[in-house]
Amino acid sequence: MEDLSLATREVAGHTVVEVRGEVDVYTASLLRERLLAVIDGGAGRVVADLRRVDFLDSTGLGVLVGALKRLRMSGGDLVLVCDNEKLLKIFQITALDRVFALHSTVEAATSPPAG
Amino acid sequence: MPTVRLAFSSVPRYVRTARLVAVAVARRAGVPEDMLDEVRLATGEACGAAVARHRRHRIAELVRVEMSDDGPYVVRVIDACGDQHTARHPAGHDEEAEDADRMHEALLAALVKDLEVRKGEDGTEVRMVWPVRRRLSGI
Repeated sequence: MEDLSLATREVAGHTVVEVRGEVDVYTASLLRERLLAVIDGGAGRVVADLRRVDFLDSTGLGVLVGALKRLRMSGGDLVLVCDNEKLLKIFQITALDRVFALHSTVEAATSPPAG
Repeated sequence: MPTVRLAFSSVPRYVRTARLVAVAVARRAGVPEDMLDEVRLATGEACGAAVARHRRHRIAELVRVEMSDDGPYVVRVIDACGDQHTARHPAGHDEEAEDADRMHEALLAALVKDLEVRKGEDGTEVRMVWPVRRRLSGI
């Protein structure tokens, strides 16, 4: 499945999953498996970097929400990095921009809150 | 009547093919460039939901897509999952799928101003319409 690629790295105590390509009904299962593996591996603060995602449908949104719920149950969190207007519009339409913390850079997503 | 028809088995990878075809036909039909992303996402949503319904309720029939441009651009996505199938093979509880269904409905309603969803005994039809810019002939 070359239409989606995933890379995981650690940044400032966060596990960053970089997602590239199209997240849809075909590839969403790969993203689900990766996020579950990261969470089951003990990661509590997870960042999904979506800046190189060029298509995201409701199946992909369902995977992100599922991972968020799982993390929050154990005191963790999933934050998103997204600077693509098309994707941001999808988060606004579905009101998920009020559910997820959205940042435009990985640095902002992994920085401790100011104050 | 200039119409493009596509039928595919309920396999997720074919949803991408349907998206690509819908956008290619939309472009040729004269749908404005700034609406092509909406065509792509909405067609993907409608086809993805049809495939999911077929798989959840164990329906072997093909999902059909019809694209017609002899007026405004009309995309119809027709599946074979009707009330009789959902009653025969009810889907199990799946929280992620239920969340995705809610977002699917929100996306379709927001992306397509002219949207009609008809659910019947034999299946579901999603009809989506976009305006086109007509080119002057001979130019």
